[in-house]
This record gives sequence, C-alpha cells and structure tokens, in this order.
Amino acid sequence: MSRPIANPRGPKMGRPTRKAKKGTFKRLISYVFKYYKLPFVLVLVCIGINAFATALPGIFQQKVLEAAETGLGLVSSGNSVEFALDSVVPTIVSAVAVLIVIYVLGLVAAFVQTRTMAVITQGFLHKMRTIMFGKMQRLPIKYFDTHKHGDIMSYYTNDIDTLRQLISQSLPQIITSAIILVTVLSIMLYFSLWLTLVVVFGAVLMVITSKFIGGGGAKYFIKQQQALGKCEGYIEEMINGQKVVKVFNHEPKSKEEFDRLNSQLCNDATTANKFANTLMPIINNLGHILYVLLVFTGTILYFFDVPNISFSGQDLNIATIIPFLGMSKQFTNNVSQLSQQANAIIMGLAGADRIFELIDEEPETDEGYVTLVDAKYDENGNIIEADKHTGMWAWRHPHSADGSVTYTKLEGDVRLNEVDFGYVENKIVLHDVSIYAKPGQKIAFVGATGAGKTTITNLINRFYDIADGKIRYDGININKIKKSDLRRSLGVVLQDVNLFTGTVMDNIRYGKLDATDEECIAAAKRANAHSFITMLPDGYNTVLSGNGSGLSQGQRQLISIARAAVADPPVMILDEATSSIDTRTEAIVSAGMDALMQGRTVFVIAHRLSTIKNSDVIMVLDKGRIIERGSHDDLIAQRGKYYQLYTGAFELE
Amino acid sequence: MFKNLRQLASYVGKYKIYAILTPIIVSLEVVMECLIPFFTADLITYVQQKYVVSDAILTKWFISFVESIIPGKPLAVVGGYCILLILMALTSLTFGAVAGITCSKASCGFAKNLRTELFNKTQDFSFENIDKFSTSSLVTRLTTDVTNVQQSFMMIIRTAIRSPLMFIFSILMAFIRGGSMALIFVVVIPVLLFGLIFIAKKAMPIFKKVFKKYDALNASIQENVHGMRVVKSFVREDHESDKFGTASQNVANDFVRADKILAFNNPLMLLCMYAVMTFVCLFGSQAIVKGDIIIGEFSALLTYGMQILMSLMMLSMIFVMITMSAECAKRICEVLNEDATIKNPPSPVYEVENGDIDFVNVSFKYSERAERYALSDVNLHIKSGQTVGIIGGTGSAKSTLVQLIPRLYDTTVGQVLVGGKDVRDYDIVSLRDSVSVVLQKNVLFSGTIKDNLRWGNENATDAEMERVCTLACADEFIKTFPDKYDTYIEQGGTNVSGGQKQRLCIARALLKKPKILILDDSTSAVDTRTDAMIRKAFAQEIPNTTKIIIAQRISSVEDADLIVVLDDGKIDSIGTHSELIKDNAIYKEIYESQTKGGKME
Repeated sequence: MSRPIANPRGPKMGRPTRKAKKGTFKRLISYVFKYYKLPFVLVLVCIGINAFATALPGIFQQKVLEAAETGLGLVSSGNSVEFALDSVVPTIVSAVAVLIVIYVLGLVAAFVQTRTMAVITQGFLHKMRTIMFGKMQRLPIKYFDTHKHGDIMSYYTNDIDTLRQLISQSLPQIITSAIILVTVLSIMLYFSLWLTLVVVFGAVLMVITSKFIGGGGAKYFIKQQQALGKCEGYIEEMINGQKVVKVFNHEPKSKEEFDRLNSQLCNDATTANKFANTLMPIINNLGHILYVLLVFTGTILYFFDVPNISFSGQDLNIATIIPFLGMSKQFTNNVSQLSQQANAIIMGLAGADRIFELIDEEPETDEGYVTLVDAKYDENGNIIEADKHTGMWAWRHPHSADGSVTYTKLEGDVRLNEVDFGYVENKIVLHDVSIYAKPGQKIAFVGATGAGKTTITNLINRFYDIADGKIRYDGININKIKKSDLRRSLGVVLQDVNLFTGTVMDNIRYGKLDATDEECIAAAKRANAHSFITMLPDGYNTVLSGNGSGLSQGQRQLISIARAAVADPPVMILDEATSSIDTRTEAIVSAGMDALMQGRTVFVIAHRLSTIKNSDVIMVLDKGRIIERGSHDDLIAQRGKYYQLYTGAFELE
Repeated sequence: MFKNLRQLASYVGKYKIYAILTPIIVSLEVVMECLIPFFTADLITYVQQKYVVSDAILTKWFISFVESIIPGKPLAVVGGYCILLILMALTSLTFGAVAGITCSKASCGFAKNLRTELFNKTQDFSFENIDKFSTSSLVTRLTTDVTNVQQSFMMIIRTAIRSPLMFIFSILMAFIRGGSMALIFVVVIPVLLFGLIFIAKKAMPIFKKVFKKYDALNASIQENVHGMRVVKSFVREDHESDKFGTASQNVANDFVRADKILAFNNPLMLLCMYAVMTFVCLFGSQAIVKGDIIIGEFSALLTYGMQILMSLMMLSMIFVMITMSAECAKRICEVLNEDATIKNPPSPVYEVENGDIDFVNVSFKYSERAERYALSDVNLHIKSGQTVGIIGGTGSAKSTLVQLIPRLYDTTVGQVLVGGKDVRDYDIVSLRDSVSVVLQKNVLFSGTIKDNLRWGNENATDAEMERVCTLACADEFIKTFPDKYDTYIEQGGTNVSGGQKQRLCIARALLKKPKILILDDSTSAVDTRTDAMIRKAFAQEIPNTTKIIIAQRISSVEDADLIVVLDDGKIDSIGTHSELIKDNAIYKEIYESQTKGGKME
C-alpha cells in the first residue's frame, strides 16, 4: 500500500491501451539489473524464502494434528492424558520448532524484501525519470512542436505510475504467487491427489469466472473512461470560459448540458463499477463453496476408504483434510492474484514501452565543430583565445585537413541565401528567402500570421535545420557551428513568455548563470522592469510560480527582456517581444534596448509598425516570400504593401 | 476532518437508499461468511468422531433433523451439511453481489450529485469568487478531488463496514469455538492494531509532504516542456537536467524514507499471523489431546485467526485512505461553502430603460484586504448612444472600470448607474442581457461557429447571424471556410487566428442586441483597416447603442464622442481627440509613441 489513491491525477484519458513490444520486459529487467543488481538478487532470494514460509506450514499443521490424533487415540484406548501428552508432545514441539525457524526466516525475508524493494523502486523510478528528462533535453524542438505537451507529461505521470505499480507490486507479487502455487501444489499432491484435483478444479472455475466478469467490466470501464473524459473536458472548458459564461447569462444552458454529460457518466460508471464490485464477493464465495466441496470429498473418500493416491503414500485422515482447507485458500488466492496481476503487468509493460519510446527518440543531432570562445588580440593584432571574459568573442574553427585552427571574430553578420523551407515535406513555408544582416543592423520582419517570420528565426538558431551552406554566420556555414555555441551567441525573446518557478532574480539570472545580483538588476533596469519589480511584495526575491501567474503579460515580457539582456548576446532575436507592453512603456523599453544593442545585430518581429520603424532594413513577408525590403523611408517611397499598411488607418477617414 | 465528510455525505440525495442498503447487505454477507467456518467445524468434528453427535457439536438440531428424515445414514448427514454450507455460501455470494451493485449505485450517484452541486455552484460564482479560487484549482476540485472522494465513499459504505464487522464476528466465533485458545487474540490484536496505527501516523505526514513535492516535480517538468524554446535558446539543457536530477533524487529519498516506514506493515502483519499459527499449533494440538477442544475447532480457530488479522489490515488501509481523501473533501467543501458574492436584489428591476451610464464617486478594490484601490474617485457620465474610448497604460484599470457596468464586480465605494438606476437594483440576467461585454481574454467554445454565435441569442436566425458577422467583419472570412457557418471550432478556438477569434467574439456579443456594448481591447489582433471598418459599421448600424471601446491604439478611439484617459486607476482627463491632443500630456505621449503607426495582422 504504497499509494492508496493509485493515480492522484485521476484516471488516464485518451491513451489507447496497447500491447507492449516484445523484449520490453527483458529491457526493463536489464535496466533494473544495471542499477540494482545486488539488491534485486537479494529481493528475489527474499521473495523465495518468504513464499516458502507462507506455503510450507501446511506440512507442519498436518504433522501436529497427526500427533494430536495419535494422542487422542492413546487416550481413547485407555491411557491417561498425561501419558498421551508425554508421548506426543516431543513430536509437536519439534514440529513447531521447525515451524518457528521457518517463520523467523520468513519474517526476516519479508522485512528485508519490503525495505530493499522501497529503495529499488524509488531509486529506479528516479533513474528512469532523470534518464527521460535528460533525454528530453536533447530532443529537437520539432519533437515539442509535433507532440502534445499533455502527452509528454503523461510519460512522467501516468507511465511512471504504472511502472511503479509494476516494479513494486505486480512483479514481486507474481513471483511470490508462482512460488507459492508450485509449493502448495506439491504439498497437496504429497498428501492426496484426489483432494488436489478438487482444488485445481475450483481454481480453474474461479479463473474462468473472473475472466468472464472482468471481461465484461473492461468493456464498460472503457465506456466509463470515455464518459469521464467528456465530462471533465466540459468542466474544464466551462470553468476556463467562466467569465464568458457569466457575461452571456449562459449558466442555465451550461448546467443543462453538464447534467446530461454527468448523468451519462453516472450510468456508465455504475455499470462498470457493478462488475468491479461484484467480482470480489463472487470469487470469495466460490472459495467458500470450494471449501465445502473439499470437506465433502474428503469425507466421502474417508468414509468409503477410497485408496488415497499421494507421494507420501499416507492414507487420508482428518489431520490431512484440515491443512488442505488452508492450502485450498492459499491456492485459490494466489491463482486469482496471478490473474489480477497479469492485467497490471500488461498495463505496466505498455507504460514501460512508452517510456522506452521516449528514451529511444532520435536526439537533436549536432555535427558542429566550430565553437565560440572568449578572445582577445595579441601584440600583433591577431585574434587569440582568452582565458577569461573579455567582451570579445571569436569562432574557433579547427580545420581537419591540416589540423590548424583559425579564429574569426564574432561580428554578428548573418546571411541567408535563397532559403526554401517547409516543416513538412511538400508544404514549403519559405520560398527563396535571402537576407543579409550586417553587423549592428536592425532587421525587421513584417507580415501576417503564418507569413513565415518566426520560421526564419527558427532557422537562424537551428531549431530546424536546412540544407548545407544556405545560412552563414560571420561567413561560417551555421551547420558547422556547434548548436550550443550558436545559440549562446543569439539572445531570443519570444512573445509567449516562459518563466520558471523561482524568484524574479533566478529568472533573470537564467540568461547568465554566473551573473551577480548587480548585473541582474542592471539588466532589469535596462529592460525597464526594475520599477515594477521593486513594487512586488519581495522585490527581486518574489517567488514566481505557474509561469509568473501573478504578473501581467506585459510585466512578464519585461522580465524576459531582462533575462535576455543579462545574457548580453552579440545577436538578438525579438519575436513580438513587446506586443503586450503598452506603447508608452514600449517606447521607453526600446530606447533602453537600442542602447543595449548598439553595434549588435537584431532581428525584430512585430505587429506594431511603430516598433520597427527605425530598423535598418524592413522585410515585408507574404506567404513565405519577401515581397518588399528596405528602410522605412525607402518602403514608404515605394508606395507598396508596407505603405498601405502604414497608412491603412488613414484611408478610411 | 469528519465535519467535511459529513457535509459531503448529505449530497447522497436520492441514492441514500442504496447508501443505507449497502452496509446492511454487507453485514448479512459478513454474518454468512463467518457462519461457514463455524458449521464446517461441526462437520469436521462429526466426521472425525466417527459420526457420533458429541457435546462439541452445536448444531445437534440439524443432525437430528437430517437423521429423522434419513435415519441411520451418516453420509446423508454429511451431505445435508454440505448442502447447507453451499446454500450459505450462495446466500453470501448473492448478498455480496447485491451489495456490490447497490454500492456502485450509491457511490456513482453520490459522485454525480456532488459534481452537479459543485458545477452549479461554480456557475453561480461571481468574478470575485472565481478569482479567489483560480480556474485551474476549480477544475481539479471538480475532477480529481471528486473522484477521490467517490472512492472513499465506496470504501466507507462497503469495506469500512465490512472489516470491523468481520473483525467482531470473527472474534466472537473464535471464542465460541476455541474457548481459552482464543485468548491469543487478546495479545496479538492490540499489538497489530497499535503497530498499524503507529506506522500510519508516522508515515502519513511524510507522505503528505512528499506528494506535494512530487506534484511540484511534475509541475517543473511541465514548465520545462512548455519553455523548451527558452531552455534551448539559452543552452540550459544541462542546467535543467542537473536541477531536475537533484529534485528527483530529493523526492526519491523522501519516498524511500516513507516507504521504509510502511515496510514494517507487512512483517508486522506476518508476525502476528505467525504467532497465532504457532500458538494454535503448539497448544491447540495439546488441547486436543487433553480433550479441551476438538479437531474441528482447531481448524475454525485458524480460519478465524486469518479473518481477524486481515480485517485489521483492511481497517488500517481504510484509515489511511480516508485521511488522504479528507484533504480532497476539505477542498470540495470550500467550494460548496463559498457564497456567491453577487446576488439578485429582493425585488429586482427587469427593464433597462436606455444606455445611459453614470459612475458616481466610484472607488473599487479587488479584495477587502487589498491596500490599494484599483479605481479611485471615478465620476463619469455617458449618454445613451455615445461612443466612448478609454485609453491608458498597462495596469491603469481600464478593464476594471468597464467590468463594473454589467456588475461583474460590485463597487467598493459609490455607485454605478445604468439607465438611471443603480446596477445593484437590476435583475442580473436582465442587466447583463442589456450590457454586452467582449472580454479581453475571450474564449470560444468547442462547437460550430453557429453554436458559438447562439450564445448571444439562442433563437437567432441564420440571417441575423450573418448580419452581425458582417457588422463585425467576420462574415468575409467565415465565407472562405469550407463549412462556412458550420465550421467546427476547437476547444479554446485554437483553429482560428487571433484576429478571427476577436471578430467572432464581437459578433457573438452583437447578437444580444445590447443597449450597451463594451469592447475590452477586442480588436488588438485585427488590422487597422478592419478595425476602422468595424467601428464605422457600429456607427451606422447600431447608432442607439452606447459603445465603450478600450484600446491600445489611438486610432481605435480618436473618433469617439468622448475619450477617457485613465492613469493608475484615476481619470486623468476626459475630452475629445482634438481637446486631449492639445491639453493632455499622457494622451499626447501615447499618440506620439504610435505616431499614427498601425498594427497589422
């Protein structure tokens, strides 16, 4: 009972159950072995001992009872009770002594098993989580763009939960049950074949019954899950749109619709639960019936003196029948355990399979070998590597041909040559795009949603890759640049701000992990975020959570600008970075930004033309093509699309 | 903790009959289940004593009954016993199955009622109530929490009745059948009981804490997944992995700590079981020889022993489960006990006369505890049919101001009048039907475009819908969709662009034929030309409707009859474009920062 409420996030939805691939089990075990070889073997041994300790006592009960019978026989044949006792007690005591030894062993094994298992389970889950997470960090952006985030989360919640169930409960249980079954079966055969047959017959009956009921249950259970999914989906939609509901007085209608979904759910859930809830009592009482049949068969055999067939060669007597009763319970319990756990194992393996799928996902490739280094000039004016931050960077470019290394100063010269690109084949979103950004220039992209503005920036920082040599950075083919170094040289501020749980200071420092508090505050001042941050309850130490849920969208954008500013990158990409900041504040921020970006290359994407008016070059994009380019004045003079946009507001007046 | 559970139990409603029946039927099942080993013991004794009815057999009446029918055939007695026992098992099976069914009905019905109650409650919440809980927390309370409470409810009416009963009956039976031998239970039970409680008490607080940590860990994964572009842009993959590794290790350690405590459970249970077994084997067998008990009773003792210990184990599980769901119950009760802060007046006014709006000395703050007023000393008078622009920086309380008009919030000080009457005197539905707000954070719902539009007016004809869509410049793009007005909108309106969504929201609001129309930054994603067209259509087509437009761009408000400049919750100035551009510093500054530039989609 590690976690009574099995899945605190509620039942999983929308994940089709499926069969695990072959080899998943082997792989899973090999993972467990890899990290916990000795403890796992120890647990296996303990499970074995424990199972025996549970299964063996039947023999001793029989021995003890036989001794008691003998004693009774002595008494009834006229001996004194004392004499009878004296003659049988040694047998009883020695049997009980062995029993105690077995029990003690079993107890120790059980104790060691559960404690070791706790360590293995939690440690293993931790290992899997970190492997998954580490792997996830290496996946290309494409993966996150093409997979639902909820589905990715599900690996960490649902699949890890089923894995926990599998490792900590199902697996040990199945081994235990198997050992007990074999042992009990042997002991039963040792005593009597006939009675064993009765027990096996009962067990088969129970398996069939539970298959039958369980099968019907499974069908309705799926229905219940679907109804639950619909109902909870509706709850989510209506509560998220609650304010709209209020504004439109839509409450009665939404209550009505909810009532319908809720009643459907109630019906389906009741049916599904009926199956689940009746299974246990039915199986239980079948056990009782089996119990009775056993006594009956035993009595008949005893009565008619039917020759007993057994390995022990003993005759059937009362002393044999009684432990049989206990053993029949054990046997049937473990059979139903096995059939129940089989299901859990299938589910657990499917979960493991999905986890392996994530782990096996193709990581982001990086053949880049040109790296970014701190640089300085030597006496002769040549660029050499510096061992500390100099404010000057250079691309370290090793040449495999002759083993030499050349250095190119990082300038921020970015060129795209006739780039064509599509996220999926056959659907080109960029056509023949050429851009020449000289160091220190401010390049702006204007265009409707879907025109391809963000796509261009995705290519520059290699979130997506294109054919070789089409994009050059300071003259170097960006495919040769190590991705991490390329990205370190590019500061990105996106429209959708993502802040992380932590203090405001932590969030700003994200741009440069070794930045001092002073540097962070200076960056915040440049981004015009300082004044509102100081008004927060704990200033820079205010803890943000839920993506900075306490802040306005504009404030969050300001923090993300500060975050980029502290990184102090030579090239900056601002993708609608100021869209939620009012124009007055934006004017102040952009003044600060312009000062910050002095002499650095900036790519700006914005809806507001006022944001980009002072750019060196403005590219007007339409359906993936650059249709106009030039400075604001050039474009106005051209009287093209930009001019229309810019003056659009006047026309209707 | 139990107060909440009791409150929730009252929502069983018409399923009460099942909720009461279940424990009763379960009790009958338990009685049957306990009687079976009882009679089995008799049967064994009968056989063992070579078909002589001894003193130890309690059901002599049954044996003599069978013997009176079929005299001299001991086998008939055995057969009769077996039939009796099988009948008992079948009865027990029937009771168990029926209890399973009534229990399903009761618990599912209970969950249904609870959900309905919660959902209706949240529907009646005011904006203030919603803000207080936050939407995500409300969703969890209606989904996960209800499911957990349902599980517990099922446990309580079934297992929580079954286990103690089983426990009591088994002890009773053990004493009847085993006599002094049953004294072993007097020793073992307290040991097990205290052991289990001690373990649960020790482990629970750790579990509570670690579950919180675990949730936080998962939340951090989510954050990472959402923010992957940021992580990769800043090349923080290793940093994130390290951070996660530490947090995950931390959670794992805590879990191990808690699990290790729980790991005492199983051995403790085994210890008690083994103790009983050993005791019975050692002394029971001697008691048989002494003639104190008979063999049948020996077997009954073993069976009852198991039942007693198992029911104790179940009890401790139930205890843990109920305590855990008590947390959920508490969170549900918080919602149920929350009073909607905005209610209809006793004798409400149902007719809104015209679109006049007056703010008289209005001050407002979002919660009583807030130190600062979001709005202070607002006086504003708008005549029916006027177009009013509101402009101001981020956080100047533009949205707050207009939300007071349809009584989405109530003023803290002063009053807001619509059509010459205090908004608090109106029937809320009538008021909100007359005042149509297009919210800044607007939502479309899953369903067709028509379904969405009908929110404004359930009985709107196709012609009416087309008319309002034309007014909102939405008709032009709807017509380009293959399914036109029957185009299916995904949840949250993810399959239309921001500008299209805004235009659909405006159309939806227009369908209400309101006396007052409020656009809260509702055209920010619409290009300037379309924006202007929408405003022009408003001026021509709904001249008598009072229109309030909150905007970022000056161009959206400059031709309004009246422009209100808000700054930090106060009215800085009111005037027309030409007046303000001359006299108002803020307005001038905003104007200049935009220098007539536009925004485009």
